[in-house]
Order: sequence, then C-alpha cells, then structure tokens
Amino acid sequence: MTLETVLTTAPAWAIAHAPVMLVAVPMLIAPLVAILPNGRLAWLITVATAAVAFYLAIVTLGLVQSSPTGILSYEIGRWPPPIGIEFRTDALNAMILLLVTGIGFLASVFSWPTISSELGNHNKLGMFFAAFLLCLAGLLGVASTGDAFNLFVFLEISSLATYVMVAMGAKRDRRALPAAFNYLIMGTLGASFYIMGIGFLYAATGTLNMADIADRLPALTDSRAVQVGFAFIIVGLGLKAAMWPLHQWLPNAYSYSPSFVTVFLSATATKVALYALIRFLFTIFQPDYTFELASFHWILAPLGIAAMLICSFQAVFQTDVRRTLAYSSVAQVGYMLLGISLATAPGVAAGLLHLFNHALMKGAMFMAIAGIVLTSQGTTIRDFAGLGRTAPWTMTAFAIAGLSLIGVPLTAGFMSKLQLGYALFAEGWWWAVLLVVFSSFLAVFYVGRILQAAFFQPPVNPRKTHKEAPLLILVPLWILALANIYFGIAADFPLGLAQDGAVAALGLEAFR
Amino acid sequence: MKSDHHVILRVIGKCFIPLIVIYGFYVHFHGEVGAGGAFQAGVVLAVAIILHSLTFGLANTMRAVPPAFARTLAAIGVLIFVGMGFLTVVQGGLFLEYQALFAEPPGGHDGQHAGIIIVELGVLFAVAGAMTTIFYALAGRVAEIRDEDW
Repeated sequence: MTLETVLTTAPAWAIAHAPVMLVAVPMLIAPLVAILPNGRLAWLITVATAAVAFYLAIVTLGLVQSSPTGILSYEIGRWPPPIGIEFRTDALNAMILLLVTGIGFLASVFSWPTISSELGNHNKLGMFFAAFLLCLAGLLGVASTGDAFNLFVFLEISSLATYVMVAMGAKRDRRALPAAFNYLIMGTLGASFYIMGIGFLYAATGTLNMADIADRLPALTDSRAVQVGFAFIIVGLGLKAAMWPLHQWLPNAYSYSPSFVTVFLSATATKVALYALIRFLFTIFQPDYTFELASFHWILAPLGIAAMLICSFQAVFQTDVRRTLAYSSVAQVGYMLLGISLATAPGVAAGLLHLFNHALMKGAMFMAIAGIVLTSQGTTIRDFAGLGRTAPWTMTAFAIAGLSLIGVPLTAGFMSKLQLGYALFAEGWWWAVLLVVFSSFLAVFYVGRILQAAFFQPPVNPRKTHKEAPLLILVPLWILALANIYFGIAADFPLGLAQDGAVAALGLEAFR
Repeated sequence: MKSDHHVILRVIGKCFIPLIVIYGFYVHFHGEVGAGGAFQAGVVLAVAIILHSLTFGLANTMRAVPPAFARTLAAIGVLIFVGMGFLTVVQGGLFLEYQALFAEPPGGHDGQHAGIIIVELGVLFAVAGAMTTIFYALAGRVAEIRDEDW
C-alpha cells in the first residue's frame, strides 16, 4: 500500500506531531498571509499551506491505520488528557481530516481566477486567504480535538471565518450581506446551543474530555441534566450541519457567497458538523441509552427523510442553479442522517460514505458553476442554455458529477446509495429504501433540468461566445469529476475508510 | 482653536488615556499572580484608543493609530501565540510545552514562566488590535444609502 511509503519517507517531526501540525500550520500561516500586500503571493502561500495540510492528513491516516489501538493521542503542552487538551485521532477523524484537507487543497488551487475576478482589489486578497486558512484550521481542529470545549472554540474559529467569506460575495451580489448576517445569527445560535449542552454535561460529569465524559455517562443516563444536554447538543450541531428544518441559512449562504467559498463550504463545513454529531451520538453518548434510541427513531430518521423529500422537491422548483444545488445539499444531509439514525455499523458507514462522495460531487458541481460564473456571469438555468456546446469540458465534468448526485451506476453516488440501501434492508426498513429511490428520481428532475438546458437548448444569445473555464479551474474540477467515476467503480478505498470510521465511532471490533 | 468647547473633555481625556494604558499593562503583567490577564488587558488598551477617538475625533485617532497598524498588531499577536507552539516543537517538546523551551535542570520552571508570558503577550496584541479594528470598522462605516432615499 502506498500509505506505507508515505510513512517511511515522512520526516520525524511529521510523524511525531502530525495531528497537531495539521491544525497549527494553517493557523500560523493565516496571520502571515493577512499582512501580505500582494494577493497573488498570498494565494501561492495558501496553496502551499493547504498542500502541507493534505500531506499531514495522509500521514495521520497512515499513523492511525498502523497504530495497534487505532487511536493517536496528542497531549497539548504535555498536560495529560482528562485535565489537558487532547488531540485524539481515530479512523473516523482521519477520514474527515483527509476529506477536508483534500478538498481544501483542490479548492485553494482553483480559487485564484474566480477570487481575483469576483472580489477585485488584489491588495485586500491577503485578508480573504487568511480567512480561508483560519476556516480550514478551525474545521481541522473540530475534526481532531478530543476535548468537548475545545471543539466549540474551533467551531467558532471556522464559523467566524466563514461568515466573513460569505459576506465577501457582496461585490457580485448585494444579497450576500443579509445571507451572511442570517448565517451569523443561525450559526451563533447553533454554537450557543452546543455550548449550553456542554455546560449541562460538565455539570453532570465534571469533565470536558470526550473519552472521560463517555466513561462517566453510563452511570448518569437517568440524570435530567444529561438528557437536556444531549438535546441541546443535537440541536446545536444539527443547526451547523443543516439538518432539516434547521437549514434555512444554507440556501442563501451558498447562493450568494463567492463561488470559491461555496465550493469549499459545501464540501467541508456541514460535513465537519456531521462528524461532530456522529462523535457525540456514538462515542460520547451510547446508542443504547433509551433517550438516544428514541431520538434516533422519532427525530433523526423522520427529519432525514423529510429533508431528502421536501428539499429535493424545493430543488426542482428553483430557477438558480446554485440554489438548486444548495437545496440538494440539504437533501443529501438527509440521506446521511437516515444512515446514521439506523445506529448500526453498516448504517453509519453508509452515512459516512455518502458524506465522502457528496463532498466529491458537490465540490465538482460548484467548481463547474464557478467556471461558468467566471466566463458568463450568470447562474440561472436560462444562463446555462447551450453551455454544453460552448464550454464542453466544464459542462461534461458538471454532468458527470450530476449523474453521481442522482446515483447512476458506475458513479460514486450510486455506491453510497447502494450501501445505504443494504443497511436499511438489513434493519427491515424497506419503506425507507423506497423513499430513497423516490428522492433519487427527484434528483433526476432537478439535475436533468440543468443538463437539458446546457446540452439540448440553443444559447440564449448566440452571438455572445462563452469561453471555457481557465486551466486552473479545469484541472481540479476534472480531478474531482474523475474521482466520482473512479470511486464509483473501485469503491474499496472510501468504503474502507467509512467502515473503519463507523467501527471507530461505535467502538466495535472490525466487522469487515 | 480659540474657542474649543470640548476643552474639558479633551483635557480630562488626555489625563486619563495614559492612566488607562498603564492600568492595561498592570492587568496584563499582574495576571499571573492575581485577577486579570491578557484578554482583559487587551480590551483595556483598546478602550484607551476608543476614548481618544471619542474626545479627539476618529480622524485624529486614525492618524495616531492607523487601521493598518491595528490589523497588523492583531496578526502579529496570533503569530506570536502559534509561533510559540512551533518553537517548543523545534526545541524538542510537544506543541505549546513551555517546559521544553530551555534545557533546564529538573525542578526548574523558567520555561513555563517565559512561555506563558510570551504567549500572553501574543494574546494582548491580538485582542488590542482586533478590538481597535472592530471599533474602526463600526465607527468608520459610512451609510451607503442616504436616509431620505429609503
């Protein structure tokens, strides 16, 4: 396996400090980039930083897989865990870290053409890239810390940076400002619900370390404080993860932020919140507590199903391509929640696999849209008419990712829906399988509308010649598009990651 | 400036600003043995700047403490904090393990002492810079649409 060669060639500092360097490197570079006067230089440094983070995530994955316990524990400041802050990485974290850094790297490579055209003023771009690096560091911190309060701090770092980046879309569309403000209010509500929940847990258990909380909770399951804390945490993280009906911030934030921000957020931000949700549902709380079982059956499963049906319907009736995809994102979160709500290892693995694949397909689709915005400035479906002829490379990649979103065989989306179907059948939820298939048919409609306009309609204005997106966009776009096909045929790698992650989350022996 | 009707405010302000700055540094350096710390100290320092702009006007304050300087100060603060973490790693310790800063005999705590002071200095810069920047952003904002046009 190539992971071993990565481990043998990795420098000693990377082996010893990979889990914390992953977060610290972007955080160190962010203030440097912020005071740089030159936007292009800031971009180059950002790309290099994202590449280092990606490399460290691969090293971390290798370390986790070769570790006998499957857990890497890093004591910040050499203060031992229950008191000090611990970075605790297992197979679940490693998968999320790999996903976030991988998408972060591709997105940062592709960012230059769209950012420089959508934001203008090259001298202020340093601040923008600093916000991006802080957001990356925050997301990676959420995905690697083993301390419940520390998770809140990193969640806020990433969220604050996100609000700034969303508001930057105001130069292209003024509606970005209310969208960012809305997101700020909703996101802050989510974070404060989360911290209230942590407060209740701290009152009941007297510790903030996740593993320590998990050890002390079984004796306290009848405690009302623990149950209230659980409810607060689910609502708070559900808001961040855009769990239906707490998703109202998402469509506007995705539609009006700069294209690059949409690419990065759609593929990472809600995913990391979902990771935190999985961590709390399965590692800290145990799925056999009665109040948690009830919440799986009466809250998570119905909300997941409602998301995939209602938001798919809403997606069909949108006229703006980015809004269509934003509603579709909420629907996809529904699939993931449905998998998670099974509370079985195959169910969680299916949810995680869909999380991984959804990042690939939405990343590719929003990148393609970014290319279209760059060359033709329009994002309504009418603007897409005839683009299949004038920008074939961009739109073909878009189409591949779109087919993957529908779940056509031989694409990544098919694999994750297949796994979800298996997991649902194993529990006897055949009616839910029918609903998944029905929701996929709705996806055929909303993706089909865009593809029909792009490939089968004549251009609105035939004299206005659209150009292909620049190479800096096409290369990352096609990497993601081809990954959608590759992981649809040879799904061993993401499926293995997802299954290991589910096993690590549930604390089971390997079931592969 | 023959008839300055703000003269009392300005003279009192001039008296208070140095005191506030000194108090800010007191809160900062006293933080390790008593109540206080870098965050509070940073806010107090920023308050001195805000008081200056309230009594002398935003334009004068922006000339004394340019917005670019405030932004850079905040960035340098973060840099000091995270850079300290990297320094301890370079010295062979774990991230932010101040004990590893110097090669000390067992029982020595100079590293802990120096490390926390420097990190707190980073926090002081970051908080003071960020607070001032936020104040400038709010105070320097001009309405884009005139009130009559609503």
